[in-house]
Formats: sequence, structure tokens, C-alpha cells
Amino acid sequence: MYDMKALYEAESVEHAIQLRLEHPEAQIIAGGSDVLVQMREGRRAGKELISIYMIDEMRGISIDKDENIRIGSLTSFSHITRDPIIQKYINVLGEAVDQVGSPQIRNIGTIGGNTCNGVTSADSASTLHAWEAIVELTGKNGVRRIPIKDFYIKAGTVDIHAEEGEIQTAILIPKTSYENTYGHYIKYGMRNAMEIASLGCSVNVRLSEDKRTIERARIAYGVAGPVPMRVPSAESVANGSVISESLLDEFALAVLNDINPRNSWRASRDFRLHIAVEMAKRCLAESIKRAGGVI
Amino acid sequence: MSQYKVVHCNINGKDVEKVVDVRASLTDMLRNEYHLTSVKKGCEVGECGACNVLIDGEAFNSCIYLAVWAEGKHIRTLEGLVGPNGELSDIQQAFIDETAIQCGFCTPGFIMTAVEILEANTLYTDDELRKLLSGHLCRCTGYENILRAVKKTMYRRLGKEIDF
Repeated sequence: MYDMKALYEAESVEHAIQLRLEHPEAQIIAGGSDVLVQMREGRRAGKELISIYMIDEMRGISIDKDENIRIGSLTSFSHITRDPIIQKYINVLGEAVDQVGSPQIRNIGTIGGNTCNGVTSADSASTLHAWEAIVELTGKNGVRRIPIKDFYIKAGTVDIHAEEGEIQTAILIPKTSYENTYGHYIKYGMRNAMEIASLGCSVNVRLSEDKRTIERARIAYGVAGPVPMRVPSAESVANGSVISESLLDEFALAVLNDINPRNSWRASRDFRLHIAVEMAKRCLAESIKRAGGVI
Repeated sequence: MSQYKVVHCNINGKDVEKVVDVRASLTDMLRNEYHLTSVKKGCEVGECGACNVLIDGEAFNSCIYLAVWAEGKHIRTLEGLVGPNGELSDIQQAFIDETAIQCGFCTPGFIMTAVEILEANTLYTDDELRKLLSGHLCRCTGYENILRAVKKTMYRRLGKEIDF
């Protein structure tokens, strides 16, 4: 038994918004692999929950009329990894979320929950930042869409207007972001399964037609700061540059201008800074390779 | 405040319904209401895999799954694997043959994940199998015998020669 005060089960997005307005203190629960664990630990004990898990309209991946990849917020990690649209256009996202927890956790954990938690170590977060994902929120005043970098406010806090009954309903990847773009994600942890990233790095590139020049490079980290972050210094080094071994090094060293990891029991700041450079280099090299380039 | 709900679902091939306390986990419901005690209470925070069951064909830790979410779902537990006269399934027999069991506490969870693996009808590599089995903790066997039991059954079901 969970120590919850009450459970409100939403049957549709509209119903969830209504429940949220009626019970402003209640916690939203999607797959529950964080919320229920925190409730068991006592951190969220005695709280009211609004379950959105049964809202099937919030599941699934499609290409919408504006050619965005649309990922319903309740889509599980394992379904993202197996999805043909993801595999075709943004394979790195499927690979990143395939490193969350364990197979059972990937069956229950949702991308919406992963982002709404607002934690920097979320395996989906760095890739979603690196691909400039758009977060769709639905509330009593309709739909609001914001860039993912604005969605994360500070550690554990995201831009959801609970007072307007908002819930996150989808994550979108715009066509300009995924078209002709290839990426790679590396998670650094002490073990492979049931591990939270000490550092996560996601890079993607779009190459010129002759595959010799990087037209656009994007890089983002998880756990390099209180929230997931892009690294503009490294991106500006790579953008428009001819591919070479020395470019990889310049790109990787430039990340040190922007990232600001902390000391924690999981890893020291110095260690994180050290591996951040190597991870950036390897991610860029692999991204170039996947885009058809040669180093 | 107490709050109850009727939950209808299909468990091991049988349509059932019970009134359930909304605070219950699926582990609570399967053990207390249906006496399916193969579903073990281990860590109860989704880490050890002892409570693992199949829901609509996918493996879930039932300890971090609300009982009310079982509404309309098809749930399978280890009890559903045995034949009409108590015959063991091939994967259960393989766990015995390979000594993949010592205390047995992790075994039902492991076997239900193995069922999902086997029903994919895919020949996985050892590394893939290790990753697929990585949501379970076993403190007795050291995992090698478990891996072998799953691998042998996978090969047998696919009608392939085993390359050990």
C-alpha cells in the first residue's frame, strides 16, 4: 500500500486539466517510477495524486501536419526506442532512453515524466536539448508550446502553470531540427543497468553535401550543471568548419568554457570536467561518421 | 480516507474482478486478492525485479504499478506458465536443469522476463540477453546459470544448435 491521501484518475486530457484545477495540491503521476518511489521513501508520503497514466490519447509517435515528430508525453522509453519514426529520423533519442534504468523501468517510464521531473541527469534531456525539442503543455487556456531550454527553470522545477491546470501533453521535434541530422549519445555511469548518469553528452551534426564540412553542430549535457544545457562555445567552433582530427579536439576543449558541473557523491567536478571533453570528442566523431563524413 | 475501486482484468487467461484499495500496488493486489505469491515483495522500489509480471506482453515491476492501472489489462504471472496437470514450462525446467536457482526469490521475476524475451522469437546475442535480463538482482547464483537457462531455451524454441 502506498501512503497516499487520495487518487484522482484522469480519463482524458480535459479531465486531467479539470482535476488539476480542482486539486491544486495534488501531484501528477504518469508512469510512477519516480513519484511512487519517492512516496515509498516518504518524500511524497500523504499526498494526493492525479493519475494520467490511463490517458491513451497521450501515447504514441507520429509526424504532425507541420512535419514535426510528435511524441505523446506518456510514450514509454521502450516504445520510443522501438518506434520506426524515431529510428529513421532521431535514432539517438531511442538509444539514449534505452539506457534508462532497466527493461522494466523502460516499459513504465515515460518521456513526459522524465522531463517534468526537471532533473539534469534524465537520459532523454540532453538529447532533447541538443535537438531543440518543443514542449507542448495543455491547460484551461489551450495549448502552449515552449522550447525545452525554457521549460527547465532550475533543478527540479519546470515551467508548468499548475494554476492553469496545465499538463505536458507532447514533445515535438521540428523538421528543421531533425532533417538530414545525425547524432550520438554517451552516458557515463559506474554500471550499465539501474544507474543514474554521472554525466550525459548528446551531439548531432548536419554535414555539407560533400560531407567535408559541418553545417551545424549541436551539443548538450546532462549533469554538467543544475539543468541540462547546450554548449554554444563548442557549437560555434564546429559550425561551418572543415572536418579534421584537430577540429574534434578544439570542439571538445571548448565545452570547458560553458559547463559547470558540481561535486557530488556520484563524481567530482574535476572528474566530470575531464570526461566531458572526451565524451564530446567521441560523440562528435560518431555523429560525423553516422552522417556519412570521414575524419 | 479510504477509497476503493472495482478493477477488472484478465489474469493468467481468466477474466476477473475485485474491489481494490486505490493505494494498493499491483503486487499487493496479485498477492492479497488473488494469492499469486510467485509475485515477490523484494525492494518495493522497482530495482530488484522480484515482483516482475507481464502486462499486455511487456515486463513490469508490479511494486511500482498501481493496482487500479490493471483495469482492462492482460496480466501474466509465473503461476500461468504451468500446464493443466502442474507440468513445468520449458523455461522453468531449464532453470532447474542449469541450476539457475538457489534461494529462488528472484526466480519468478527472472522467468517472466525470460518469457517476454522468448516470445520475441529473436536470436539474441549474449550481450543483448544480459541487457534484457539486467532488471533483476540475484544474490545467489552469479547470473551465469540464469543466462545459460534462458539462452538454451531461446535456442531450443528457435530450433537452432547451441554454440557454447
